[in-house]
Amino acid sequence: MSISSDEVRKVAHLARLEVPPTQLGAHAAQLSTILELVEQLAGADTRQVQPLAHPIEASQRLRTDEVTETDQRRRFQTLAPQAQDGLYLVPRVIE
Amino acid sequence: MLEHTLTEQVAALRDGAYSARELTDAYLARIEAAGGALNAYITVTAAAARAAADAADAALAAGNAPALTGIPIAHKDIFCTDGVRTSCASRMLDSFVAPYDATVVQRLAAAGAVMLGKTNMDEFAMGSSNETSFYGPVRNPWDPARVPGGSSGGSAAAVAAGLCSAATGTDTGGSIRQPAALTGICGLKPTYGRVSRYGMIAFASSLDQAGPMARSAADMALLLHAMAGFDPRDSTSIDQPVPDYAAALYQPLSGLRIGLPAQYFDAGLDPDVGDAVRAALGELERLGAQLVDIALPHTPLSVPAYYVVAPAEASSNLARYDGVRYGYRADNPVDLEDLYKRSRSEGFGAEVKRRILIGTYVLSAGYYDAYYLKAQRVRRLIRNDFLDAFDRVDVIAAPTTPQPAFRMGEKQHDPVAMYLSDIYTIAANLAGLPALSVPCGQVQGLPVGLQLIGRDFDEARLLNVAHRYQQVTDWHTRRPPETQA
Repeated sequence: MSISSDEVRKVAHLARLEVPPTQLGAHAAQLSTILELVEQLAGADTRQVQPLAHPIEASQRLRTDEVTETDQRRRFQTLAPQAQDGLYLVPRVIE
Repeated sequence: MLEHTLTEQVAALRDGAYSARELTDAYLARIEAAGGALNAYITVTAAAARAAADAADAALAAGNAPALTGIPIAHKDIFCTDGVRTSCASRMLDSFVAPYDATVVQRLAAAGAVMLGKTNMDEFAMGSSNETSFYGPVRNPWDPARVPGGSSGGSAAAVAAGLCSAATGTDTGGSIRQPAALTGICGLKPTYGRVSRYGMIAFASSLDQAGPMARSAADMALLLHAMAGFDPRDSTSIDQPVPDYAAALYQPLSGLRIGLPAQYFDAGLDPDVGDAVRAALGELERLGAQLVDIALPHTPLSVPAYYVVAPAEASSNLARYDGVRYGYRADNPVDLEDLYKRSRSEGFGAEVKRRILIGTYVLSAGYYDAYYLKAQRVRRLIRNDFLDAFDRVDVIAAPTTPQPAFRMGEKQHDPVAMYLSDIYTIAANLAGLPALSVPCGQVQGLPVGLQLIGRDFDEARLLNVAHRYQQVTDWHTRRPPETQA
């Protein structure tokens, strides 16, 4: 199965990646070779097989509902590209 | 002292043959002299290492030193280290200083290990050659024109070249075992859930596991004992007691049944690599093991299944890099979408973007069942193959890689060829099983690895078999020509 330049453009948008129009074709060709490899899966008979999401099939553990973490907002915000007064700054969203 | 294995260094430090400070200084001097050419480290934490070594000497003198006190190790730069840059070899995290320690880092520090620094790797652990790092490729100490393997290539090269006593790695599709094989060292991927993933930057969460990389099986036994165990901070961590791996090393191999899967000795295997692996199997037979032919019929589907499951999980995990809370941010964004798109496009390298695109595609509306659910069903078939085989055998043996180390640039522009270099390692990740690689020969001066795959939580058995093999062979003691200490 191959993927078209237009599909690459749509998928790139979904993934919030910018792919310059001049590179769409090259990406489409490369992704198509990967999808060709993946196509081999179609040959396996999996009608009676349940999907395996967790290799050891452990179920999700629940913990008691109590506070375990302390507030480290100040420390975490020192990592932010732009923060001010305890807020993360982004370009204006609402005019 | 640098020629000693970790196990020998533990004894020497306790006997006072040399101090932890002397040992750490010796590694730091060697990193200074030889580290640059290999590009094995992204960050060297010399001052903190010297301080930790002095503290180790004090603990040794006081007689209350835990198992790994004073042992200089390196962490793959995928593990968060409090106050130290944790880049994941990506421009995206070039300026990221982790605000906490990964559980693996914390546990090894609690066991007394001294951190020398953070090792180079493929960006976000996506690669099999260590050529996708933002900080440039790592070179193979056996031949600088060749790759060390990936994604834990910096850790592998550092151990092989004597730039640390041992190192941590992570293995999502072979990223510990494949570079271990290509650089002539030992590497172990534990059972999924054996070692905590807390603080280990996520690539594919249902496959990622951390493990040790070292010079011998005995060294790995000590390291795994410190690393493994239940961690409430990792929701996939399994609550099972950690056995004494070192105590199990000496079990005799008589009566052990070793399975040889036909699909791992196929036409794609370099004949000389196959000969080296068969010679190792002969040694195991002489030690009393019984070789049994087995079949793992769905093996050829492991790479296709992996390249759906891993990119799908990666595309989800890497959605967090948005240029807002931490990490790279593009200059002068015009709006929020522009901020997201340009931060991600400028912050991620080509291979990471390729996998995000594949993952987004296979998870998108209309394709989810055909790709992602299909791959998860095939994943069960692959695991069932192993469970059937383990009814008849105790351990499975195979080559770790189809070829020795390839040349830099050889597969860089052919993603599928690169992906297929992990053909023998990926199935153990999909099945969640423990697997290790130990050196078992050389082909034209390049190391070759023997892979052993075990039942769930049977790491002790794998280490036992590897250790008995290493007692009667010396491949694990061979060092690259220019780094013989």
